[in-house]
Amino acid sequence: MAYSDKVLDHYNNPRNVGSMDKKSNDVGTGVVGAPECGDVMKLQIQVEGDTIVDAKFKTFGCGSAIASSSLATEWVKGRTIDEALKISNTEIVEELSLPPVKIHCSVLAEDAIKAAIEDFKKKRDAGQ
Amino acid sequence: MKQPIYLDYQATTPCDPRVFEIMAPYFTQVYGNAASRSHAFGWQAEEAVSNARAQVAAAIGAHEKEIIFTSGSTEAINLAMKGVVDMYGKKDGDCPGHIVTSLAEHKAVLDTAKHLESLGVQVTYLKPDQYGRHSAEQVAEALQDNTLLVAIMWVNNEIGTVNPIAEIGKLCKERQVLFFCDATQAVGKVPVDVEAAGVDLLCLSGHKVYGPKGVGALYVRRRKPRVRLVAQMDGGGHERGMRSGTLNVPGIVGLGAACEIAVRDLEKDRAHSRALRDRFEEKIFAALDHVHRNGHPEHRVDMCSNLSFAYVEGESLIMGISGLAVSSGSACTSASLEPSHVLMSMGVGDELAHSSIRYGFGRFTTEADVDEAAEQTIAAVNKLRELSPLYEMVQEGIDLSTVQWTAH
Repeated sequence: MAYSDKVLDHYNNPRNVGSMDKKSNDVGTGVVGAPECGDVMKLQIQVEGDTIVDAKFKTFGCGSAIASSSLATEWVKGRTIDEALKISNTEIVEELSLPPVKIHCSVLAEDAIKAAIEDFKKKRDAGQ
Repeated sequence: MKQPIYLDYQATTPCDPRVFEIMAPYFTQVYGNAASRSHAFGWQAEEAVSNARAQVAAAIGAHEKEIIFTSGSTEAINLAMKGVVDMYGKKDGDCPGHIVTSLAEHKAVLDTAKHLESLGVQVTYLKPDQYGRHSAEQVAEALQDNTLLVAIMWVNNEIGTVNPIAEIGKLCKERQVLFFCDATQAVGKVPVDVEAAGVDLLCLSGHKVYGPKGVGALYVRRRKPRVRLVAQMDGGGHERGMRSGTLNVPGIVGLGAACEIAVRDLEKDRAHSRALRDRFEEKIFAALDHVHRNGHPEHRVDMCSNLSFAYVEGESLIMGISGLAVSSGSACTSASLEPSHVLMSMGVGDELAHSSIRYGFGRFTTEADVDEAAEQTIAAVNKLRELSPLYEMVQEGIDLSTVQWTAH
């Protein structure tokens, strides 16, 4: 099947690959998906105040899943938590021109952002 | 764009130039209808067909009267399975009879079996062992009083595992049950002899043996026992009434030539592909950890290497080795997200099934091709493992089976 140029670009040059210390209080970690479904995404955010200052990801999945999570890290950086929560999968679908069979990849990326923010909020609330 | 290196010899093979050369005149010069009895054009075509029939028969140890030309293996499979049920199935009552087959068969066999099930036929789908293989004992246990047919493939198309066909054939003879064997992936890769193997019906395909696409054959035993089939296509009664339709003379000539070369060069082809396959696997296993070989360690064809690269998803790996033409056991491109039914039937597990790649090494593969394939694969796997949260977890000592995943 043919991939869009943007998917190929993210696949060939994935942005923000890596891991942060998941125990750190200013880091939120989201792990979504399952190996038996063929995709697992780990997305991490580092937050200062209300702003996401850095993001990292690792993804086991097809090219579209890798591109969706790579793009998600780019988009959350510099946004506030509330702004990042508004990122929807349809924006990712549009940006990467994902075909219908790959929409679940964008859904997973949206879930990963939400899960990372939720994890961060839990830590913050527990620390207060 | 540079052409990728072709390593998908199980999917299809290039037509051998020697075969193509023999076929060529039958398109433009000897173009008669093999069924035309009244002129030289027809006689020449008929002679060419009968020569090809003898070549195909010789390749599998059969008599030329036992060869029915078809459009390929799928048609031959349909004709064999449906033809047997229509001929020998019980006509009164709800259930015409029983068939034994395998979960690891090709879709053409499985879908034909499903169709027959919808007509009331009872079907037992045997689960292969962890290497994708069946034993005669396992088949024996599944036989019933009303079993009409056993359908077990000689060589599996995805993993290259070779079944003990002669043992299953012997069992079927003893129990007086017809035995149909899909030998599409066997001819030219292992010695095939219908007498020694005790096979009653067997199919093969031109384009898997360096012949043309769109032509194949069904072997139908005519002595001990004489097998009869109900034709599945109505028409002019060609092929002894079993397969109507004007004969594809150039295709049949090509199939015959391809079969003759396949048998003559069998040992040469095997040694060639085995050397390449071993070279490839040595390089891969030396450079990468967590690689699993799918298929039987000994009973597998020389030209096949089906490997699962744990913690790397198959489709992304295919993207990473874009310079190689190979197949993935993961069908993430389809909406169903279903991994290979063959690997699943062996109990490989979803994860490793999603991570599998099938490499095929053939007559025209070179050492340079193999070195390039290994290099690209190793680079892509390393890159994707850098990206893989699963590989990271395993490096950290986490047992993935204990993780609570959010299935979607």
